Amino acid sequence: MSDYVVELKGVTKRFPGVVALDNMSLSVKPGEILGLIGENGAGKSTLIKVLTGVYQAEEGKVYVSGTEHHFKNPNDSAAAGIACVYQELNIEKLLSVTDNIFINKWMKKKSGFLDYSAMNARAKEVMESLGIDIDPSKAAGTFGMGVQQMIEIAKAILIDAKMIIMDEPTSSLGEKEVELLMKICRKLKDRGISIVFVSHKLEELFELCDRVTVMRDGEHIWTKEISETDNDDLITAMVGRSMDQLFVKAETTKGECALRVENIKEGGVLHDVSFEAYNGQILGFAGLVGAGRTELMRAIFGADPIDGGKIFINGKEEKIRSPKEAIRKGIAFLTEDRKGQGLVLGQSVQMNLILANLKGFCKGIFIDDKKVRETGEENVKSLRIKTPSQDEIVGQLSGGNQQKVVIGKWINSDANIFIFDEPTRGIDVGAKVEVYNVMNTLTEAGKCVIMISSEMPEILGMSDRVIVMREGRIMATINRGDLKNFNQEDIMKAAWGGKIDE
Amino acid sequence: MSKGKLKSKNGLADRLGSLGALLVLCIVLSFATSSFLTQSNIMNIFKQTSVNALISTGMLVCLITAGIDLSVGANAIFCTCMMGMLLQKGVTNPLIMILVGIGSGILVGFINGTLLTRLHLPHPFVSTLGMKNVLWGMALLVVNSQIVSGFPKQVTWLGSSTLPASVPVLGGFPISFILVIIIFIIMGIFLSKTALGRSIYCVGGNPEAARLSGIQSANVLTFCYTLSGLMSALAAIVLVGRGGIANGANAIQPYDTDAIAACIIGGASFMGGKGTMSGTLIGALIITVIRNGLQLLSVSTAVQNIVIGLVIILAVLLDVTRERMDARARRLAAK
Repeated sequence: MSDYVVELKGVTKRFPGVVALDNMSLSVKPGEILGLIGENGAGKSTLIKVLTGVYQAEEGKVYVSGTEHHFKNPNDSAAAGIACVYQELNIEKLLSVTDNIFINKWMKKKSGFLDYSAMNARAKEVMESLGIDIDPSKAAGTFGMGVQQMIEIAKAILIDAKMIIMDEPTSSLGEKEVELLMKICRKLKDRGISIVFVSHKLEELFELCDRVTVMRDGEHIWTKEISETDNDDLITAMVGRSMDQLFVKAETTKGECALRVENIKEGGVLHDVSFEAYNGQILGFAGLVGAGRTELMRAIFGADPIDGGKIFINGKEEKIRSPKEAIRKGIAFLTEDRKGQGLVLGQSVQMNLILANLKGFCKGIFIDDKKVRETGEENVKSLRIKTPSQDEIVGQLSGGNQQKVVIGKWINSDANIFIFDEPTRGIDVGAKVEVYNVMNTLTEAGKCVIMISSEMPEILGMSDRVIVMREGRIMATINRGDLKNFNQEDIMKAAWGGKIDE
Repeated sequence: MSKGKLKSKNGLADRLGSLGALLVLCIVLSFATSSFLTQSNIMNIFKQTSVNALISTGMLVCLITAGIDLSVGANAIFCTCMMGMLLQKGVTNPLIMILVGIGSGILVGFINGTLLTRLHLPHPFVSTLGMKNVLWGMALLVVNSQIVSGFPKQVTWLGSSTLPASVPVLGGFPISFILVIIIFIIMGIFLSKTALGRSIYCVGGNPEAARLSGIQSANVLTFCYTLSGLMSALAAIVLVGRGGIANGANAIQPYDTDAIAACIIGGASFMGGKGTMSGTLIGALIITVIRNGLQLLSVSTAVQNIVIGLVIILAVLLDVTRERMDARARRLAAK
């Protein structure tokens, strides 16, 4: 009998142009919670897909309880006792909880018809064992994300999984649901089920995991007992360079107040939010996911209606009822969801670059093709957008280059206030540095930059001032010069609702 | 080799593909029947294409936004019946008649657009299907289910007149198709060269991204359906001229599906974001030529329908296959 329930040795997986997994190894002990972290693009998803049989590795071996396995498809992997709760849940919202749990492994009566009373009873039993008391004959979509996730876990339990992989399970959960999930993870652990817990949130790893494995560029960097590591250690291992190199902040001078917001209210989401943002500065917005930062920016940008409050631009009160008006008043808003809200994926790079300022690219009633082409050339060059030509369909570019196209779109809009919502999410380190450079260029030119980020190093590295939000309220405002409070611990404290010692 | 170049070459090939198909079709039919390649038959083809070409223009704009307008045909017939109603009531002023016809079409289009945008109905398939039935009934209602004839000459001029036979080569060329050419040139320039025209493609590709980029997506969509209504109204005036009558029962003729077929053969997609005026014109001509040729060959209408249906399926199949090949070429190029 092996020491490990699942073991991966020397696994390599290549895709055209990239090595997604490079001699990767991973070992999971029975009944442990193993944290798995790495930057976006480090190869976590590929690793999960190799473990679940979605991808087949070119080299390397997979052992389950000491025996070698070759997973040709997800069924093989499930049969060996590996289950996965993906970030995007596979829940049929209109079907009942029972249907979801027993999909493809229905219990049948002797007559051949489905035995719903047995399935409902079993579903209830399993959900209860997870501490969830619900009526499983109700449609899955009527329950919250937390319960829907439990349905996925229940599925794993029903196939007698030895190991459950959870891919960023907390990213879509509320605070209470996260607590519940953690409780259930510990319960599963007590039953001897191993968990591979993939997360970007370091605090969760420290709270939950026994050991943690760091991967970078498809390689295994190290695995340590959680007690033997700390934040800096983890981040350095993930990023592969110290933070000083990543963030080179430009020296700029604080200018006039570009944007002042007073008592913005939006039913149940924003409560009397007021702040100021200055030209020549980067104002960082920190907080947990769901703290209301994106909602605040959408409200300012006119994307969602507000219930009260005032917005002043360059000292003048303005009514902003639609994104169109916001853009006219010089606000640019890089949305968090690049594909859904930032780009028209089926259109060319060129078209997307002029999207936010079509009028500005018109001569009379016609679009000035020459100007459009010249601007496109210049954007591609200055932002270093890797594309065969500006006529390429944007959907064909990599995430980082797509993000640069969105940035180019807003630079072309002649805005003065740039709101960046999670500007480096899902792009590689090289592209991140280039995004930071763009922000530097903007502040050097005296523009006002507002940056929402859930990545603490980014907030600390780039912001002149940080506002911390929680549950639709501002918890703290910290200046860069404030050496006592301008640090990760105090920002996290505020984000979690704690008081900062003044 | 740059992928961009590859792409533009393919774009040209798309256009040449359907144009080539049209030419091959004409050549084959010229050999198959001596009555195909005659001056009068060619002019006939143009005349028969006019109505579908106009309706297809509106349909194309809706398809580009990833929507659809199933009420186009019923709207056109409704417009003819509104003009017929005026005639029944004793109004013979041609200007009033034309204005009422065009006004009705625009109004119906505007309602379609409003249902979609301001009243948040889901996909316009449902709302315009409903509208089609409403208009069918309305068309019959306004003329008391009678067939109205005797329209003034000024009203029928557009659909019935041709260039005089004395004009070299183009003698007998229908005025209605001159209108089609003018509209297609204007629309072609509109779609590719103006901000609103380009916005239509973007709203079709991603309405939320367009909205957050300052494009009033709802207004753009309403405009598209209103434009579709206008095109149906223009088609109505041509229809009145061609047949000389307004008949509400015609509202369920397959104008809508013929228009969809013309757009799809011409390169538009139900997924939105693509389609061109030139492609649509070729698509509309292909459909007429097939119908015309089969008629000359004395093929039954039943078989004609089968052939048209197969051509639509083939066109979409080609399109999908072409895209898959493109995607594969890109993957290989990325290696």
